[in-house]
Amino acid sequence: MPFINFSKDEIQCKIVYYGAGFCGKTTNLQYIYTKTMEDIKGKMVSIDTKGDRTLFFDFLSLSLGKIRGFDIRVQLYTVPGQVHYDATRKLVLKGVDGVVFVADSLKVQRKKNIESLINLAKNLAEKGVSIRSIPLVIQYNKRDLDGTDSEILQVDILEKDLNSMLKVPSYSASALKGNGVFETLREISKLVVKDVSRKIMLLDKQLR
Amino acid sequence: MAHSVLLIDRSGQLIAHHGNTPELDIVSLSALTAANFGATAEIARILGEEEFTLLFHKGKNENVYFSAVGEHVIMVTLFDDQTSLGLIRLQINKIIDELSTILLSIFEKGRSKSSDPLRLS
Repeated sequence: MPFINFSKDEIQCKIVYYGAGFCGKTTNLQYIYTKTMEDIKGKMVSIDTKGDRTLFFDFLSLSLGKIRGFDIRVQLYTVPGQVHYDATRKLVLKGVDGVVFVADSLKVQRKKNIESLINLAKNLAEKGVSIRSIPLVIQYNKRDLDGTDSEILQVDILEKDLNSMLKVPSYSASALKGNGVFETLREISKLVVKDVSRKIMLLDKQLR
Repeated sequence: MAHSVLLIDRSGQLIAHHGNTPELDIVSLSALTAANFGATAEIARILGEEEFTLLFHKGKNENVYFSAVGEHVIMVTLFDDQTSLGLIRLQINKIIDELSTILLSIFEKGRSKSSDPLRLS
């Protein structure tokens, strides 16, 4: 549900980074924040606990340039990943336009990834949104651990677990090192803007 | 008097802003206000209330007054320590009634044409 501000010729979209605890949602936003130019980003706001766990959300606002005279501004949010923070996740999902599902490539997190994706589908459905219709990108994070002592899942297994039904764009990434972070952001922004344009045209037809 | 007023929607998007506060990060303020309201709505639910319709935070020099305007919008009023809270409350109550009527008519009008005038869903 993008928000169009006609007085400022601005379209505001909300993108939420979703996923299990410690999968790297906040790290994605931190990397984006450190690598974007000052003039296109706002301040990064984090509400977290002392143990580096997101308590409520992280928030970062970015300007993506102009489309048909409208400034496109995306607001990136993360949710707390822990199972018992479901009420907070539902709050952050309010008015969401697109989702990045961050999957943890660690083998021990396999079940948690699947549970978190099911939780996302359920929470979206409660808001009357289908996970199959909302712009969605999956990111397989922590690929930098490939070849180290940590046991990680191969991408084809993650694809089978999480993307066999959805068939959405997916990216391998390392939020810590930055690989795949902007590719993921670019893809979800593209999908969201496309979705917004489609809705504007639809609304335009309805109003005529 | 109040030196800055913001109207935001419940998902954290800024609708309108008026006031002389160029140093203020209003985008972040909007996101945090929506979260604040959402969190207190959950507290209200636990206590058996439907919602707390106003919130007030007092600082040393700055004060913030948050008020629900109908179902979808929140008004944020910033004022300094020279202004009495009672006066602010009195003025806000009047404005909220007027604003609620205006917003209701916009939403009603919108519903007859599309699902929502401010949003595209």
